[in-house]
Amino acid sequence: MAAPRRSRSVTRASSNGRTPATAGGRVEVRKTYKLYIGGQFPRSESGRSYVVGAADGTPLANAVRASRKDVRDAVRAARNAFPGWAERTAMNRGQVLYRVAELMEGRRDQFVAEVAQAEGLRDDRAREVVNRAIDRWVWYAGWADKIAQVLGSSNPVASDFFNFTIPEPTGVVGVVAPEPSSLLGLVSRLAPPLVAGNAVVVLASETRPLPAITLTEVLATSDVPAGVVNVLTGRKRELVPVLAAHVDVDALDVWGVPDDLRKDVELVAADSVMRIARRPAGVTDARFDWLDDRASERPEWIAAYLEMKTVWHPIGV
Amino acid sequence: MMPGVTETKALRPWSGDRAPADWGLGDGQAVPWEYAPAPESKDVVSIKPRYGLFIDGREVNASDGGWFKSVNPATEEVIAEVARATPADVDRAIRAARRAQKTRWGNLPGRERAKYLFRIARILQERSREFAVLESMDSGKPIKESRDVDVPLVANHFWYYAGWADKLEYAFPGRVAKPLGVAAQVIPWNFPLLMLAWKIAPALAAGNTVVLKPASTTPLSALLFAEVCQQADLPAGVVNIVPGPSDIGMHLVSSPNVDKVAFTGSTGVGKLIQKATAGTNKALTLELGGKAANIVFEDAALDQAVEGIVNGIYFNQGEVCCAGSRLLVQESVQDALIEKLKDRLSTIRVGDPLDKNTDVGAINSKAQLEKITELVQAGVDEGADMYQPACDLPERGYFFRPTLFTNVAQSHRIAKEEIFGPVLSVLTFRTPDEAVEKANNTPYGLSAGVWTEKGSRILWMVRKLQAGVVWANTFNRFDPTSPFGGYKESGFGREGGMHGLHAYVKLEDR
Repeated sequence: MAAPRRSRSVTRASSNGRTPATAGGRVEVRKTYKLYIGGQFPRSESGRSYVVGAADGTPLANAVRASRKDVRDAVRAARNAFPGWAERTAMNRGQVLYRVAELMEGRRDQFVAEVAQAEGLRDDRAREVVNRAIDRWVWYAGWADKIAQVLGSSNPVASDFFNFTIPEPTGVVGVVAPEPSSLLGLVSRLAPPLVAGNAVVVLASETRPLPAITLTEVLATSDVPAGVVNVLTGRKRELVPVLAAHVDVDALDVWGVPDDLRKDVELVAADSVMRIARRPAGVTDARFDWLDDRASERPEWIAAYLEMKTVWHPIGV
Repeated sequence: MMPGVTETKALRPWSGDRAPADWGLGDGQAVPWEYAPAPESKDVVSIKPRYGLFIDGREVNASDGGWFKSVNPATEEVIAEVARATPADVDRAIRAARRAQKTRWGNLPGRERAKYLFRIARILQERSREFAVLESMDSGKPIKESRDVDVPLVANHFWYYAGWADKLEYAFPGRVAKPLGVAAQVIPWNFPLLMLAWKIAPALAAGNTVVLKPASTTPLSALLFAEVCQQADLPAGVVNIVPGPSDIGMHLVSSPNVDKVAFTGSTGVGKLIQKATAGTNKALTLELGGKAANIVFEDAALDQAVEGIVNGIYFNQGEVCCAGSRLLVQESVQDALIEKLKDRLSTIRVGDPLDKNTDVGAINSKAQLEKITELVQAGVDEGADMYQPACDLPERGYFFRPTLFTNVAQSHRIAKEEIFGPVLSVLTFRTPDEAVEKANNTPYGLSAGVWTEKGSRILWMVRKLQAGVVWANTFNRFDPTSPFGGYKESGFGREGGMHGLHAYVKLEDR
């Protein structure tokens, strides 16, 4: 490993983070990290980027610094993709998300290397994190065709009507991803709205965005329809207020919003009666243990992005 | 001008048993017969000249000694004076609620909480006539509705949630449901007692205590409910009621010492309340406005649809958040349906809310009457065709004729804004897709109606309509077991049913 550098120029970026840039005399092909909008991998229309460093400060790559226009493009892509995703059969949605786990498994080493670099973890620890992220997709994917049975109901009204309640996806969900947990935290917050049938716009961890971008490469090849997941990288302080003010965003996960920004963000979101999904009281982004399955695998997190629809019909001949 | 739709009629009183030909009622059609007055007695309820705040189990005066008047909208007479809560009173109520939650109610086993709620339900049944009369006097709603709909639903609501109090572990499998603490609740004037029940019953069942602010035009049934709490020997501080103007409501929901905020009312105020909770960890549920589409397909049973349409928009003077205020009718049956609807409108009896024959009572307040009048004028100005049946309105009080607009465009204010009055806007469609598109073309998403005899079409419409409640071949039905609440800007969270409990618990690991 090269010594940490503080230079603003990118001097070392590696697809697996461990190979020296010129191992065996071969010059490595470095990866360009881009946005993921509507199934495409555009750069920001703004042409901006920012330097992303490893946990030890080593510069890793120039990540795209998305603009407010990119946010709007992503929301539009999500809105267009939403009806098709919502109307997939529940079993199909479950299979599509399970496939994400399958493809992540195949690229595990790449994720391990990126997470190790981004989060400053030893390889064995990073491997555990990646394993858990894969397993989390499996856990949430299984809910696709069960959540309606757990959260829905048939209601015994005191009159001659048949009455039932079914959950439906809320619509377009903004997910401000956890900041420290670049992959496992993201997957744990992304899978719940997705399995419910929502389309999602993710603002990735600002300081550790690269595993999220690699995840989009998995999503792009795993039958998740274009536009159902859109991932932006950039400055949260710049982008979160734009996402929160967008009236076509129906729900917002503020988990990864900096604490001093949360009130302003929620004030703006209230203008469109946006649903807000918060961290549980007393939980901090910095301290949350994403390896705790019990804490991170919660049907309530799916329910946060569901609307309950109640239907009445008379009974008679 | 659409074919078959008659022009707006000049309104004039009538006499005799035949409708004038120019009313469009059809040739020689019999007009409604005269009804002898059938007034409900006011004597069943003893109304005090003054009602205090209800804090910590006792009736108290406001800290600044202030009072306001509650007016009967049907007579414009003062019914009683009510203590006007100050911010200090609200803070005191919150402290009482906190104390009660920590020392008594929160520790009480669910099965004991249940018995208090059952007691309340029983007392409400026993005193139902008092509540019905007082509710109609204070709000203007017909006694027929307060007696047969509101008050029975109120008692049933407490009954339903009473049974949940000791069964929470079955409502949330795999989790332990804990109370949130103190709930701040602000309710509207259209269903004063029913909204109180929707708020208080699930909150108490889950182990929370409450501070409730009723609407300033309809505080009386809530204060009579305070008597029920006393009769039931409900521990002091579990229920606190603080009538006052809207800024008292804002003070209540903004308090850092409440854990949960529940609001029913307009979308505009709902947004302010959501802002008041921004950046906090307060749980929030909002049940806000609506502009429901009531969609009639050509194969619908038209006579039943007419009844549903009338119930959908003229029930409670149309002062209903889920009112079916936009009628979407398939073009092929438009003429037939409008004709039947006009016939039916001519039989609607508008007048004294305490008369047992009255279908449409008084508008809740002068301010609301002015708002309805303004929007109806806007409908006329924007070019829609207005129809009102001829009927005599009482000389005093706030009344408005049932109103029907045809030739309405989606861009008209009467098709977009929540009127909260007995005003129906008729639009048309040709295909199911067009019906869905028009129905969903609103920021609201509270309710919708579908009328068709084809089952698969009902379920297809149910899937497509963005609304929290869909009534198929019926409208405006409510039940304690049936979750109610909105999509989009009609709010979030559900009231009623098992889902209604969710708004009042935090879930912890076993």
